[in-house]
Amino acid sequence: MSKLTPVLSAHWDDKDSFTIAGYSRHGGYSSFKKALAMEPDAVIQIVKDSGLRGRGGAGFPTGTKWGFIPQGDNREHYFVVNADESEPGTCKDTPLLMANPHVLIEGIIIGSYAVRANHAFIYIRGEVSHVVRRLLQAIEDAYKAGFLGKNILGTGFNLELTLHIGAGAYICGEETALLDSLEGFRGQPRLRPPFPAIAGLYARPTVVNNVESVASVPAIIEKGAEWFSSMGSEKSKGFTLYSLSGHVKNPGQFEAPLGITLRELIDLAGGIRNGNKLKFWTPGGSSTPILTSEHLDIPLDYESVDAAGSMLGTKALQIFDETTCILRAVLRWTEFYKHESCGKCTPCREGTWWLVQMLGNLENGVGTEEDLAKLLDICENIGGRSFCALADGAIAPIISSLKYFRDDYLAHFKNGGCPIDPVASTLFVSAKVGA
Amino acid sequence: MTTVDSGRTESAVTPITPIAPVEQINLIIDGFEVTVPKGTLVIRAAEQLGIQIPRFCDHPLLAPVGACRQCLVDIEINGRAFPKPQASCTIPVENGMIVKTQLTSEVAQKAQEGVMELLLVNHPLDCPVCDKGGECPLQNQAMSTGQSESRFEGTKRKFEKPVNISSQVLLDRERCILCARCTRFSEEIAGDAFISLNERGALQQVGIYEKDPFESYFSGNTVQICPVGALTGSAYRFRSRPFDLVSTPSVCEHCASGCSLRTDVRRNKTLRRLAGDDSNVNEEWNCDKGRWAFQYTMAKDRIANPLIRENGQLREASWPEALAAAAAGLKDKRTGVLVGGRSTVEDAYGYAKFARVALNTNDIDFRSRPHSQEETDFLAAHVVGSKVNYQDIDTADHVVLVGFEPEEESPIIFLRIRKQVQKRALEVTAVTPYLSRGFKKLNAKAVLTTPGQEATALNGLSLTSKSIIISGERLAELAGGLSAVVKLANKSGAKIAWVPRRAGERGAIEVGAIGNLLPGGRPVSDATARVDLAAAWGVDSLPAEIGKNADQILAAANAGQLEALVIGGVDPFDMQQPPVNALEKTFIVSLEMRPSAITEFADVIFPIAAVTEKSGSFMSWAGTSRSFEKAAPDAEHRSDAYVLSILSDAMGTPINLTGSKAAAKEIAAVGSWDGARATFTATQAKNLHEGVILATWRHLLDNGSLQANEPNLAGTARKNLARVSAKFANELGVKNGDLVTVSTDRGSLALPIEVSEILDGVIWLPRNGVGAESLRILGALNGDGVRVRKGI
Repeated sequence: MSKLTPVLSAHWDDKDSFTIAGYSRHGGYSSFKKALAMEPDAVIQIVKDSGLRGRGGAGFPTGTKWGFIPQGDNREHYFVVNADESEPGTCKDTPLLMANPHVLIEGIIIGSYAVRANHAFIYIRGEVSHVVRRLLQAIEDAYKAGFLGKNILGTGFNLELTLHIGAGAYICGEETALLDSLEGFRGQPRLRPPFPAIAGLYARPTVVNNVESVASVPAIIEKGAEWFSSMGSEKSKGFTLYSLSGHVKNPGQFEAPLGITLRELIDLAGGIRNGNKLKFWTPGGSSTPILTSEHLDIPLDYESVDAAGSMLGTKALQIFDETTCILRAVLRWTEFYKHESCGKCTPCREGTWWLVQMLGNLENGVGTEEDLAKLLDICENIGGRSFCALADGAIAPIISSLKYFRDDYLAHFKNGGCPIDPVASTLFVSAKVGA
Repeated sequence: MTTVDSGRTESAVTPITPIAPVEQINLIIDGFEVTVPKGTLVIRAAEQLGIQIPRFCDHPLLAPVGACRQCLVDIEINGRAFPKPQASCTIPVENGMIVKTQLTSEVAQKAQEGVMELLLVNHPLDCPVCDKGGECPLQNQAMSTGQSESRFEGTKRKFEKPVNISSQVLLDRERCILCARCTRFSEEIAGDAFISLNERGALQQVGIYEKDPFESYFSGNTVQICPVGALTGSAYRFRSRPFDLVSTPSVCEHCASGCSLRTDVRRNKTLRRLAGDDSNVNEEWNCDKGRWAFQYTMAKDRIANPLIRENGQLREASWPEALAAAAAGLKDKRTGVLVGGRSTVEDAYGYAKFARVALNTNDIDFRSRPHSQEETDFLAAHVVGSKVNYQDIDTADHVVLVGFEPEEESPIIFLRIRKQVQKRALEVTAVTPYLSRGFKKLNAKAVLTTPGQEATALNGLSLTSKSIIISGERLAELAGGLSAVVKLANKSGAKIAWVPRRAGERGAIEVGAIGNLLPGGRPVSDATARVDLAAAWGVDSLPAEIGKNADQILAAANAGQLEALVIGGVDPFDMQQPPVNALEKTFIVSLEMRPSAITEFADVIFPIAAVTEKSGSFMSWAGTSRSFEKAAPDAEHRSDAYVLSILSDAMGTPINLTGSKAAAKEIAAVGSWDGARATFTATQAKNLHEGVILATWRHLLDNGSLQANEPNLAGTARKNLARVSAKFANELGVKNGDLVTVSTDRGSLALPIEVSEILDGVIWLPRNGVGAESLRILGALNGDGVRVRKGI
């Protein structure tokens, strides 16, 4: 277990980890006091120095993002946390907030202070009502403790924190769609520029950060930038939550330095279920091109996964063993994107509609090699042509699966349908076998 | 695309805004260098080179959105290439930019073809029955950018088609390509966010809120800018193919805004009208009345031949017989002339010349509506010859609206002010008893004023020489109002604009269809001016006595001092006192298109041409001449000016106007008066009436005669409601929707109320709503006292 570096998850197994008392017992709510005694720019500098990169998928340096907020502009600034975790496979922010909502609140206080925001918002996925309840309680407790509100602990710093519950749209995880939704409009991505740092929420300078990024800040303030940057790889510093799901024995959150390999993580998770073989996996949720057992040893940091032709994304490692039909998995993902396409731009809206129909035919064994060429061509006409990255995510599984598992597609045509028993891949099968 | 040439007069070619030096940007598109002002979008820079990048969501008057992705091009800046093709409709040009469109970049070409294919995935192949077929941007660009064979073999989305989103606009969701032009127009330009995109993905669709249909005065523009056949007009649906239409640039006859239109005619029938493209006036928009109120020109009851009254009955007569009868009837009779406010400039000139030359009188007035001596003086001193135009709104620091609700009474002025309010927070002040929705959309500061006390409100304002005071014709009903406008303008240097409701009024003033002015603004009272005009007309002399106004003409007719009337385009019920007695007593020559309250009394009736059937011009509120050509080529009806001319021949006192063109030429030759203008004497405000004070104006869509036979348009008229304050409603014991009865000695009118932002003690009524013609029923004007009680 030496590979693990529990920081965020260090005390998740405390019974009261989600309470203010539980958090405080382990030194919680001390970092922000330290930060509030510093100059805001110094706080930004520490975060820059730490090398912390956005944990929401794109990996943009968090401190640099904070530094984009214009200072001395006599305008309201806003600090917005993206907790609209909805990507298939991605499941890190929800358990984090379930187990320790206060670390996020403390991170928000520090971040808001650094960018001179007096109002922060958490945009949370509406479906996770249990997390919503814990977070609401945590906010209330933080207000009671005097950590939020007017003149926090006599420092003169004011901060209001609003929890906004999303109405169930994947697109609202896109930061500008999130801002539109937060303002009360339909969630659709905005034209950029202007970027949120210049004109974000209510057309004011706005930072939008992922939950995990913000939650990582208190520890950085507490233990220093060097401590943080001593972990991880050259350009991907620090620790992070890897979420293993699917066909592993013990799925869950594994907090480790960036650069750990999947082989190591699967070991930590007890191996593939039933001693099966790994067939394919996603490094960071369904929007990242799939990888295979060839890629077990690539370091899971931003650069290395990029080099392997995929993206680190949200580090949502969905593991599929050989019982899984690739085509079936890809079709299910594509159906998700069709359902979640916001409809604003043509390639995504019409493309996902078409792709689902094509893949449906292919799964039923209706098709030829020409159809695979057509499928790829249509993906090419969608990728990089749409308004936001949603459609790029939608075609990623299709293109990557055709790259690695073209023969599996062809087998469907020869077989007149799927050659693999769909039941074999299900969880209840492994449960039975395990029992 | 037909564009309308509006550059016929000097002021019409004034640039939109004074040209400030703008930084110029050099870039290369498809190997050609082009220089454009900073801020220009790539797609429009390409247009400068004649390079047409296909597009759907892009519209030059709407904010960029980048939704359809049809206009993707490859861009590099100073050697750094964008990794992906970019939407050229959202990217402003930069120095050192190299753009490769579909003409020089395979990537751009494939991207565009790919998007086109995707757009057609869910688009039905019903072009053969689609109104847009033949003039459809999707059809055209599918030809230029698409493939001849579709690779899509799946199932298209299905919707019920079409659905009414208002009585006049139909939505076919299957055809919609979701470019959001319509929703963006409604929100950005009209301020009527009654339609929006709902649902998501391929099931995204334009929708309305169930309880709030698309009742915008500007809804027709969405039909025009829809790049597919998703939005169609009820009136035009399935009526024609675009290639069967003959299009003629036209000008709107409905109000004084002066919009360019395009009139589309097939086999002499007007099938539709579209907004013309004139950046100095209406940009590319118009209102629904201008677009759809033209059925009156083809009414079944159009008068086809001259009629003469014999033994109390009208019978058809030949032109020579009718002309002889009219000439005999008018011979040696003291005659007055009422022109109405709807005549073209040329026709009004015909009436003006006819009165002076054939009837030897100045008793002529175009105002078949409430008017006053104060207004007569005001028009002669401050309106005739003046020029305040749309560009002045663009550069104004403050616009004051008094006696004028622009959205209801001159919608394109409304859009122009709103554009500046949106763009640069132009300050707008409304001196009004009731803060209507239109005022709110202008973010106007309300100076709530009891009708009759405008002078007090105006005296309290402070303006600059860059401000504009826009007064409506209603202000004539409120003694002292126009005087206060003049006082405020004199004090501050602000410009005065006067906006009548009817399209012909401003022109009628300029050509002397009023008792105190001769053509070209020559004061009747000025002997030199009379001699000048008499010389131009080749007559010995012109009558010197100042003419009576319309009320005085009718009073004189009633008293037997006038024995005959020549009347064209007048609705007597537009006046406070319908002049029934006067009409019964006099010999009446009527020039009309359709039977009216006047023709019921007329002794000789001449049929005349509708605007689509003749050439001519209207003068907009801005003093700009807006000329148009005959749109219905085979129409046989003749203009008023021509009819008056042959009548004058029959009377032996020819005015020599062989038609609109001849009249236009003569107007130009006669020219404007450069001598002194009339002076203006201020009028004092009257004391307030007892009781509840009436405030009233017309809705844009109401019982006006030019809106006849168009039920789809009428379906979107505002509800007829009486508006009172919350306090007043409370005193009356009524709540929203309850009936109140408003009465005067003449009659009473029951309407449901709506609590509104209106002064206590004032009640607002629509002046001419269908079934709520308050002027006709009550005979009450703004500032008059009325009685109000709960219930019927």
